[in-house]
Amino acid sequence: MMRRFNASMTIGISGAFALLSFTTLVGCKHSAPANPGLKATAQGTALVESSGGHQVGVTGTALKDPLVVQVNDDHGTAVPGALVEFHGSPGVSFDPAAVLTDSSGQATTSVTLGAIAGRYELSAATSGKVKPVSLEIVETALGYQERVGSILVDKYCSRCHDSESSPGRVSNYDNLEVKPHPFTEGNALNKMSDADVTSIILHGGPALNRSALMPPYGNTLSAADVKALIAYARAVSDPPYQQAGTVYARPN
Amino acid sequence: MQPIKKYVSSAWQALFGDPVRAFGVVSLILLLALAIAPAKEHFSQWHSFQRKYLALIHDRGDAISLRRRFEPGIHQIWLPELGVVDRCTTCHLGLKEASLSDVNQQPFRKHPVVPHSVDGFGCVICHGGQGQATTVAEAHWSERAGEQPILPMRYIESGCGQCHQNALTGTPQLNSGRTILARYGCVHCHAITRPDGSKVEATDHPPSLTHIADKTTREWIFSWLKDPQAYAGSTTMPNYKLSDADASDISAFLVSSSRPQAGDANTTSVKPSATADPSAGPTLYGESFCASCHAVQNAAGNLVGGELGPELTRIGNKARPEWLAAWLENPRVYDATTPMPHYRFTPQQVATLAAFLQAKSDSDYGSGVHLDAASQQQFAHGRKLIVELGCAACHEINGVQKPENFAPDLSTIGSKPLAQIVFLPGMEHSLPSYIVAKIRQPRAFGSSVKMPQFTLTAPQTEALTTALLALTARGRAMPDNLRVAAVPETNYQPAGHAGKLITELACFSCHRFNGRGGDMAPDLTWEGSSVQRQWLTDFLHNPNTLRPSLIRRMPRFNLSDGDNKELTDYLLAVYQSPSIDADLAPPATNSPDVVEHGKQLFYSKYACQSCHIVDTKADKGYIGPTLTQVGSRLTPAWIYAWLKNPLALRPGTTEPNQNLSDDDARALTAFLISQKGPTGRGAKQ
Repeated sequence: MMRRFNASMTIGISGAFALLSFTTLVGCKHSAPANPGLKATAQGTALVESSGGHQVGVTGTALKDPLVVQVNDDHGTAVPGALVEFHGSPGVSFDPAAVLTDSSGQATTSVTLGAIAGRYELSAATSGKVKPVSLEIVETALGYQERVGSILVDKYCSRCHDSESSPGRVSNYDNLEVKPHPFTEGNALNKMSDADVTSIILHGGPALNRSALMPPYGNTLSAADVKALIAYARAVSDPPYQQAGTVYARPN
Repeated sequence: MQPIKKYVSSAWQALFGDPVRAFGVVSLILLLALAIAPAKEHFSQWHSFQRKYLALIHDRGDAISLRRRFEPGIHQIWLPELGVVDRCTTCHLGLKEASLSDVNQQPFRKHPVVPHSVDGFGCVICHGGQGQATTVAEAHWSERAGEQPILPMRYIESGCGQCHQNALTGTPQLNSGRTILARYGCVHCHAITRPDGSKVEATDHPPSLTHIADKTTREWIFSWLKDPQAYAGSTTMPNYKLSDADASDISAFLVSSSRPQAGDANTTSVKPSATADPSAGPTLYGESFCASCHAVQNAAGNLVGGELGPELTRIGNKARPEWLAAWLENPRVYDATTPMPHYRFTPQQVATLAAFLQAKSDSDYGSGVHLDAASQQQFAHGRKLIVELGCAACHEINGVQKPENFAPDLSTIGSKPLAQIVFLPGMEHSLPSYIVAKIRQPRAFGSSVKMPQFTLTAPQTEALTTALLALTARGRAMPDNLRVAAVPETNYQPAGHAGKLITELACFSCHRFNGRGGDMAPDLTWEGSSVQRQWLTDFLHNPNTLRPSLIRRMPRFNLSDGDNKELTDYLLAVYQSPSIDADLAPPATNSPDVVEHGKQLFYSKYACQSCHIVDTKADKGYIGPTLTQVGSRLTPAWIYAWLKNPLALRPGTTEPNQNLSDDDARALTAFLISQKGPTGRGAKQ
């Protein structure tokens, strides 16, 4: 795609056309026809997400785990040989973008998110004459600042704020009398302003009349670190965080 | 013919027949010719982007302030010191506009938050591309001589690596790429000089092959050479894709050139009386924390364990039993520089552990290998192959010299001109894709290419590519004041008998002292100020864990009382922090009031129980070390100094600096030193 675009530029088509093709460049990438060689041998009536959704990746790189969706029929049994096509917002690429389900009815693809940080809404769809079904999947891409935040969270925060335990990293969540909010808990965290979150991080829980189990990090983290932490928490928040807009007086 | 001639002459007559009209027409042509330049400018790409930007901001609430900051014309960031002439901001107009964070349309997006400003560093230093260009194609995708297309986003961290030779928090991919560069031994063959003149050093430990025959058989060497990953999936040894005949000849040469070394195979202490206790094997393997460094594949096929030492899944196929016993007895006899500690196992333990490890074998591995004795010609051919393949660049081999400059120097690989690269058919013409292809399939570039096949995952390949792309000519031309040097390992070596013990026990493999050593276990540079004598003595005899949630723990060495005392004395005397002032800390015993006040602070004001355990019944936090007997372990001066600022004593520790007042720190210290543990004097109140 890039190359074709490049060629059209050098031919020297007028600036207006170049502008048009530039703005649609990203759009073309994913609207290219999916593998025409694949022929569906069966069809399902339901699509379910098996794994690979709600991942947090880095802009422009492939997600760690593949995205796996399963095609089922009316009785909930897996359908092998059904064609599943993946679509995403501009900049997202799938490898492969269309795939036939395997013997256990699952379609697997690897997802590379675009260069823009934020939430990506992807969809998987079975194409077919009878009742095409689709499924929405959400992934998150972290930019530089959010990723610095994620690294700091991993070091300082997630041992208590993340209740997931693994043998290599045992969570302290269950040991705490007052349960900390996981950073994905948008219902609680989205209500807090950046200033409130900052003062809790800097001065500990008591700063906002909360538990002293949350220690102060004001002498440990830099201002940039705290901003990065908050940027990360806002990026992974579910439901998504909506930034309060600025209100400007309109000229008449 | 006739009508055309007639038509032309009538047109001529109409335009130039009258002198006044001719003057008018010529003026018009001249005017049009003069208008070409401004028209070209008007229809230029950057101009249309600027118009498009104005249209974009027109309807926004903050249009007035955005328009005020907009300047028409070509913008340029000129930084002569850095060699930057970037006109990217001519079209990328929203880079600095915080309010455009919701705009996803290029080229108007706001730049994500990064530590450097666009004005201070320009664009191409990180992104590549042609800064001077004013057309989209030339700026982004030019492949002309000396020019590079812009860097794909996934390698963007390489931009940071041009100046930052140290590990940054924000560049995990670059850091991991640099680790791979050193750990996979790339620099044994390819020299890499950093811009400050220091060399990248390898951190792997390729074994010497000068007495390999003491350790293993020719058949194993053959199978290993054919496919190292079939023996151990995690090994960093690459696959040379050798034919059976070549592998056979190399193995023949290695075995024949191997010179037996005293002590490699005959253990002095393992008498026939020491018989293996099969049931004790797994326990001893676990108790000795072998898994902190060595991995073993479990039934599910997952590797469990550390990667400091080699994988042991099929060690029974490789090691000769007598060598394995001798190695376990004292690994330093076979390899004086091994990172493995001398455990001082009893003969009984050596026999048990050797039998346990010997049983880790795969009966299918190498079962079909039958090698005939090699002829003189085959030995010579084996040696020739070893020289050609550069085996001696990594391994010490009798009769073969370590080759110098065996492979191309990679110090400026990140600036390699595209014109010098021979791309494979169908390959994208860019430096990153060339490097990726070279790492993934070096032999695809021709059968004469010597570079072997490394086993790297896709993310590892990307990380390595990032680290290589950071090695640019621009990075070398940067002014010195912008360069952030890597923190080099010191060559610190403790002295005397204790120093010898520290080397034998390979303390440096896990602990750090004065800027040298591993990061698996705590830095011990100030250990002498930190701990009490009795505790240290007991701990060295039998290390009990301080952090319940950790998997990797300190193994137990069978130290003699004399060695234990020697080591304790040395640690306490030498590793003293000058910043710890014993006068500021409270005395070792305090009045119950002070202790009670400290307890209040511990549980209420500072809520230390969220991470630490003092009362095993009530407290549950297990991020930090258990403090039930901290009064018998740490010195009051250390506790006080630690509470005042943990980061000053151990940079990078997770415990935050709570900025305690002197009084609070003294009270907390008093409470903590009253915690002597179940056997101590001040047992539970």
